[in-house]
Amino acid sequence: MKSINAKYQLSVVDNAATLTLTGAWEYSNGIPDAAALIAELRDQRPATLSFRCDALQSWDSGLMVFLMTLANLGKEFALAFETDSLPPGAQKLLTLALAVPERSMPRRTNLGQPIVAKIGNITIEAHRNWNELLSFLGETFISLTKFVTGKARFRYSDLLFQIESAGPAALFIVTLISLLVGMILAFVGAVQLKMFGAEIFIANLVGLGMAREMGAMMTAVIMAGRTGAAYAAQLGTMQTNEEIDALRTMGISPIDYLVLPRLLALCLTMPLLCVYADFMGILGGAFISATMMDISFNQYYLQIQGFVTLNHFIVGIAKATVFGILVATAGCFRGLQCGRTASAVGFATTSAVVTSIVLIIVADAVMTVVCQLLGV
Amino acid sequence: MSTAAHLVIRDLTMSYGQTIIQKDLNFSVARGEVMAIMGGSGCGKSTLLRHLIGLVPPASGEILLDGIDIWNTDEQTRLSLISRSGVLYQGGALWSSLTLRENISLPLQEYSKLSAKEISALASYKLSLVGLAGFEDYYPSEISGGMQKRAGLARAIALDPEILFFDEPSAGLDPVSSKRLDDLIIQLRDSLGATVVIVTHELASIFEIADNSVFLDSDAKTMIASGPPRELLKSSDDPRVLNFLQRSTA
Repeated sequence: MKSINAKYQLSVVDNAATLTLTGAWEYSNGIPDAAALIAELRDQRPATLSFRCDALQSWDSGLMVFLMTLANLGKEFALAFETDSLPPGAQKLLTLALAVPERSMPRRTNLGQPIVAKIGNITIEAHRNWNELLSFLGETFISLTKFVTGKARFRYSDLLFQIESAGPAALFIVTLISLLVGMILAFVGAVQLKMFGAEIFIANLVGLGMAREMGAMMTAVIMAGRTGAAYAAQLGTMQTNEEIDALRTMGISPIDYLVLPRLLALCLTMPLLCVYADFMGILGGAFISATMMDISFNQYYLQIQGFVTLNHFIVGIAKATVFGILVATAGCFRGLQCGRTASAVGFATTSAVVTSIVLIIVADAVMTVVCQLLGV
Repeated sequence: MSTAAHLVIRDLTMSYGQTIIQKDLNFSVARGEVMAIMGGSGCGKSTLLRHLIGLVPPASGEILLDGIDIWNTDEQTRLSLISRSGVLYQGGALWSSLTLRENISLPLQEYSKLSAKEISALASYKLSLVGLAGFEDYYPSEISGGMQKRAGLARAIALDPEILFFDEPSAGLDPVSSKRLDDLIIQLRDSLGATVVIVTHELASIFEIADNSVFLDSDAKTMIASGPPRELLKSSDDPRVLNFLQRSTA
């Protein structure tokens, strides 16, 4: 049989309305608009509404949505539904759909908030965050104290695993980024220094830049995106799966057991990665100097040796250690703060990376000023 | 109820790598029938379901839906067959970042040309079928576990599927909610005329709603019994099946 589109026709005799349904009432064909029918029913106010389905070819949820619209209209005025002539399946579905009345509380139609409420909520949230952060830092400090006195309870195999994940496993990406940063520094400096015939100072620029700033900074940014995000995702997922609750109920501190190994791992690996990144960056600079400036590796080496002192490296290493603490703290804090849904894990991860990078830049600025004041 | 086979499993072997989970599975599910896949924990019930819904390819054998092997056909046909089935996952598997309305609307947006208003009306209707009218704008995290299961069911029936798969629908529910969900499954089967395949080890559900069943055993690594659950209880002479159905440890 050829399928024809869904149609309806209303007839009202002696206060009794009959709706004749014809064609294929399938949602894939579109759901007929009931607006005109509703207007007519409102106008005529029949007492009953019955159906004729002799020419109804097929039906699915398309018909049911139409019937539900009429049923909801029926609640407005006393319109009695006579569903006997509807297909048996449709009768059952209609009964099922109307069995549980709609939730009596008002629907959530507007999920937005007025601006004042938004500001209030943001302030309350910021206050809550601040309290949680202080509590987290306090607990972490206690945990570190316990570690120093040998009383912290965590598995040393976890610490080794975290060191392996944060250190050797990150070497490739640190190598790549540091080499490129060194090359970029050298290339940008070369263009300017060449104008003054001072190409040899490219070594000073790259050596100083990598040792004091870029080595530590770029390693920290890599670790924020790689390891800090992983910490937030791991702890966030554990929070979602109630694994952290399980630790707490067994009297095991999640800070000791989960945060401490991660914090120690980054504290230990960041200075080493920073030194490695320094040398990779300097190597990248040497490559550009040799290929673009005709500065031999030997000249480059001697120039760096004469200018960049151990102090410069120590400043960079100190910064890297602080950055490591910040990345681990931000990652673990956001992970433990995570809600219990999949989207909350995503939010915690993003938040950990953003927090880490902001903290890295702020801490770098502060430490640079302090070093300047101390003449280091 | 038509007796034509809707789903046919023929010589199915399932494995993870070299490890065989189940082998030589042969059974069919008639159109409009409620088929329970039962067995003890770890016997491969959920793995079988993952094969039936097209998530995991079988190691060997055929899964015929409406006579077409879902793993031996072109991608277009396979997707078309799979889109005609609805799945209720064990935890509901609602998308947490979407409201209930959006959860139900997503498959409708993908597979129909309806307007946003029509899709919204359909989503509201599906929610009213599972007793959640008025919860359209709630997020999954804002409703209880039982309500999440029902919302998952509303999403499973969004496209008026011809076959419904349930993975442990009663898991984590109290007996009253569990009974309510069982009733709902039967009412939907009766009114939609859909075939139902249900993975469960809940005896109350099995005896309440299943027309037919297969029993998987983890030691034999194959199905060791099939038939209506009450008949198996009466006539099976396999102690493993009887122990399971009588909930005894003998």
